[in-house]
Amino acid sequence: MPGLFAGKRLLVTGVLTDQSIAFSVARIAQEQGATVVLTGFGRLSLVERIAKRLPAQAPVIELDVTSPEHLAALADRVRGYVDGLDGVVHAIANAPQSCLGGQFLDAPWEDVSKALHVSTYSYQALAVACLPLLGPGSGIVGLTFDATRAWPVYDWMGVAKAGLESANRYLASYLGQKGIRVNLVSAGPLRTMAARSIPGFTEFEDAWPTKAPLGWNLTDQDPAAKACLMLLSDWFPATTGEIVHVDGGYHALG
Amino acid sequence: MTRDEIIAGLADILEEVAGVNPDDVAEEKSFTEDLDVDSLSMVEVVVAAEEKFGVKIPDDEVQNLKTVGDAVSYIEKAGS
Repeated sequence: MPGLFAGKRLLVTGVLTDQSIAFSVARIAQEQGATVVLTGFGRLSLVERIAKRLPAQAPVIELDVTSPEHLAALADRVRGYVDGLDGVVHAIANAPQSCLGGQFLDAPWEDVSKALHVSTYSYQALAVACLPLLGPGSGIVGLTFDATRAWPVYDWMGVAKAGLESANRYLASYLGQKGIRVNLVSAGPLRTMAARSIPGFTEFEDAWPTKAPLGWNLTDQDPAAKACLMLLSDWFPATTGEIVHVDGGYHALG
Repeated sequence: MTRDEIIAGLADILEEVAGVNPDDVAEEKSFTEDLDVDSLSMVEVVVAAEEKFGVKIPDDEVQNLKTVGDAVSYIEKAGS
């Protein structure tokens, strides 16, 4: 049986370590037959080392989503490896330390604006940058953390994720006429580098595995990764503007 | 592999990844406090060390590797 992604071409952002959700997305996509191109930010040498740990080494394009130059050059740089894209994975979020860890009331706008730029606006920016490569039937998927309520310590990143969830609906609205689907996966807490940098992240870790109806494995990125890929696949052809929870069922409980 | 050989290998990695002067690398030196290796650089040092020495260093173990000597001991044990 050919893989779910045989002949498909994916751009995957957000790989930093082999614990990154995006790393699992890239690995499973390749196992399912996809050609994967990665983008990396910051420590590109680290991303390149990690790219070698995939089943097939993937090329890495430098992308700072706050750089208009990087965004403008992205489509051409991707074309250096593939002639178009069937899917784009947005796995990008960052906030200055002042925005997290219980300092909601003290965070200055200068820092909050950085969090929103990287974590919210970048969803639209990445989508628009990739638009020349995307045709009908292609998809964009991003990662959120349930923004319908206030969590301990998540603070301005929670606000950024609420904006991301709204941007998901607007992107679906604007890109639907081109036949492009836009969806989010709302994952439970996972021990990634991103999570480790959130002060007090252990507050999530204690509750989730015992409270989620299906239980929850804090170190298994594959369930969230598989959901990202399903949403990009041909098996969700009429779904857009959606948020799929991959959290062991935690969100359903009161 | 002897401890000295592991230290020399780590010194190469620290120089390449974090710009640490190999002459500063010694068993008692702390990665963060003495050698100024930030957390993301440390992640890359670990990834490079895993490849160089053919060992697996789990994330939960990394926080216990405060000094070069801690890392040498772990690699020595994991590689044997």
